[in-house]
Amino acid sequence: MKRFNAKIGWTVLLLLALAFPYMAGNDYHLTVMSTAYIYAIATVGLNLITGYTGQFNLAHSGFMAVGAYTVGILTVDYGVPFWVAFALSGFVAAAIGVFVGLVSLRLKTHFFSIFTLCVGYIMFLLIEKWESLTHGTGGIVGIPAPESIGPLDFSEPRAQYYLVLFFLVASLWIMHRIVHSLLGRTFMAIRNSDDLAQALGIPLMRNKLLAFVLSVFFAGLAGGLYAGYVRFLGPGIAGVENTFDMTMYMLVGGIGTLLGPLLGAIGVPWLTQYLQVLQEYRFVVFGPVLVLLVIFLPHGIVGTWLNRQRRKAASPAPVAVAPVKEVSHA
Amino acid sequence: MLDIESLTKRFGGLTAVNDVSARFARGTINAIIGPNGAGKTTFFNLISGAIRPTSGRILFDGQDVTGLRADQAARLGMARTFQTTALFDTATVLDNLIVGHRLRTRSTLVDVILGTKRLRDEERICREKARAALDFVGLAHIESRIAGDISQEERKRVAFALALSTDPALLLLDEPAGGVNPEETEGLARLIRKMAHSGLTVCLIEHKMDMIMNLADRILVLNYGEKIAEGTPAEIRANPAVIEAYLGSEHA
Amino acid sequence: MELFLQQVLNGLTLGGVYSLVALGLTLVYGILHVPNFAHGAFYMAGAYSAFFLINRLGLNYWWGMLGAAATVALISVLSERLVFHPLRKAPYLHHMIASIGILLFLEAGAQALWGADFHRMETPYTQLLTFGSLTLPAQRLLIIGAAFTLVVLLQVFLTRTITGATIVAMAQNREGAALVGIDATRVAMLTFAIAGALAGMAAVLYAPINLVYTSMGHLVITKAFVIIVLGGMGSVPGAIVGGLIIGFAEAFGAFYISTDYKDIIAFALLVLILSVRPQGLFARGAH
Repeated sequence: MKRFNAKIGWTVLLLLALAFPYMAGNDYHLTVMSTAYIYAIATVGLNLITGYTGQFNLAHSGFMAVGAYTVGILTVDYGVPFWVAFALSGFVAAAIGVFVGLVSLRLKTHFFSIFTLCVGYIMFLLIEKWESLTHGTGGIVGIPAPESIGPLDFSEPRAQYYLVLFFLVASLWIMHRIVHSLLGRTFMAIRNSDDLAQALGIPLMRNKLLAFVLSVFFAGLAGGLYAGYVRFLGPGIAGVENTFDMTMYMLVGGIGTLLGPLLGAIGVPWLTQYLQVLQEYRFVVFGPVLVLLVIFLPHGIVGTWLNRQRRKAASPAPVAVAPVKEVSHA
Repeated sequence: MLDIESLTKRFGGLTAVNDVSARFARGTINAIIGPNGAGKTTFFNLISGAIRPTSGRILFDGQDVTGLRADQAARLGMARTFQTTALFDTATVLDNLIVGHRLRTRSTLVDVILGTKRLRDEERICREKARAALDFVGLAHIESRIAGDISQEERKRVAFALALSTDPALLLLDEPAGGVNPEETEGLARLIRKMAHSGLTVCLIEHKMDMIMNLADRILVLNYGEKIAEGTPAEIRANPAVIEAYLGSEHA
Repeated sequence: MELFLQQVLNGLTLGGVYSLVALGLTLVYGILHVPNFAHGAFYMAGAYSAFFLINRLGLNYWWGMLGAAATVALISVLSERLVFHPLRKAPYLHHMIASIGILLFLEAGAQALWGADFHRMETPYTQLLTFGSLTLPAQRLLIIGAAFTLVVLLQVFLTRTITGATIVAMAQNREGAALVGIDATRVAMLTFAIAGALAGMAAVLYAPINLVYTSMGHLVITKAFVIIVLGGMGSVPGAIVGGLIIGFAEAFGAFYISTDYKDIIAFALLVLILSVRPQGLFARGAH
């Protein structure tokens, strides 16, 4: 029953997404939505290591920047075709992720977060200062749009929107397979309790590393898409504020669910759009919202809703019969 | 089944477990008792691989398993429960148990992404094992209840089921009857005996003396990290060293 | 030789500021058991409070510093009561996210009130003092002196007063302290207040040299984390020594290796040390 509903729900979302360009007023709306999709891919990745495996990776936007700069540097400085560079973006991020993960995942959760915060800073500073490689603060401009594949041309906003949507759907599909499988359950067991997971025969390092590398692969991929879509890059994309933004999306939507981060990543930017006055000072509102969410609605909107659904579907607690029996005996 | 040889654990200047040796025979129920701070949980942690011994050897079924990690020990057939069990409180009871059999599966990331037959088969097997374990502990009727809603006694049984779904040969139970009333304690004791009858070797740490005396085949007594007595319940009851160790502490 | 001494002075200056920030962070860590990412925003709030008091209300430097200390202490205590206390039973992830929420709120608030520009904070200590062939800016000497004084005062408070001893007890072992009957609420509020005041004062000391801007706390807080990981979570001597080490490493690194990459030094140190010793330099008990 529940899975039936879920399939319908996802299909509806897909149909809405496919129809969106025809409902949208102008190209600007397409831009907002496409950018939201790109960050959604990265957020869904962050959710795997933080929401499902319980390790808060504060360097996530750094890895997204790695993917973006891979595309930027290869296409602009070395004339590599976009698709080749893009194919590499996820893997470059994942490769760096292996090294970072090997060192950091041995650490206890707080140390891990502090460590990744520092790694993120190192990434940001390196991008900013290593001018010969990354063009420094000036950034990389003039990244070519994705080349056409056969009859598919990607120079128009609408085509680019569908391209990004394609990768979002692909990412969600893979993530869906992962989290609903034994592997997903393994990650959740680790989040629940390192000790209990080990007692169940789950090798911690191997699985944490897998979750971590997968999550930064998604980040790198999203970064590569970002480079091809926005067409210019600056060190700012590696900034930790972007990780905070994605954390916000996860929390609003529901950490540790699949739909939650997606809805958050799409809903929150649109909300900021409509509350234009907030754009600059959005955190004056979002900061307290984040705190309130964490205190009162820690499972996010989707998470709380899912829990309620689960409760309804589960068998009810047995009604206390004993007192009634006693009365009738007396 | 399990041979402990001169097991010692030192934390800096503190010796938590000092030169303890013991043998646990297959299919028996062995209790480890002692006043608070005697080193019982540390002893368990050493056996299950949660911490490494400073010196000594652990032989499991003849195989030297000293210094193995906890997950490696679990794969060899050593399952354990904890004083508090972390369950997914928002999922159903059955849902919680499925991951218990994971260690016996071989599906990888590739299997997951491609949705191979191996993955489907293994997930089915895990679910069947989970059901079987839940049935063994007598809780088949609550498989669809939300884990956060069940009682403490049911929680303890679910913890057993989780350990059982790993297909173990040895079961280490840390205070399996903690926080349950005397009637429920007896129920849990019957369950533990059922586990031993099915061929499992059971070691448990407990403070409830009535339960121990009626349940255990052999008892190991620790105090200040050292073994002060070992034997059948009758022998332990009469042992002067044991009686002295408990004088002053309030144990039923 | 003069250049070397110059760097020593720079090292002491940086070290003093870092130590003050790290001290607050380490004391609070002992209570929360979670890194308080908002601490950097407390630092920034101190600078902006003083900026407001000095530049806009015309108070003198020292009153500005006192006002800043009081303001940040208040903000800090409010954070403890309104945010961290309700979350005391929640998983650590929630604490971290909540502290980030506070951080974002304070920074955005500062930007809303004073804009995104860089501001200069005025200090009456702009002279250059000459000792033989050495030229030392007075503000730097002031930082060193003030930091040293504050650290000494804090140490005296922590070791010689009962309240101070309870803070240390809680920082090192919260459960044990509760068992002994220490009033956790009072101690928590006091610790947060002190931590906030220290961070605020550190900012006011350093801002005249380094400008006031909304993200000024970022690098400082990240380095403070490095310091408490290296010096030991909850360890007061560790925070002081760690602060000095990082301060010197940066001063000498900036001069002898590269100014561009000087900020990476602290982080590289952390990455290096945690790679080799995952439990930190001074592992203590069961954290």
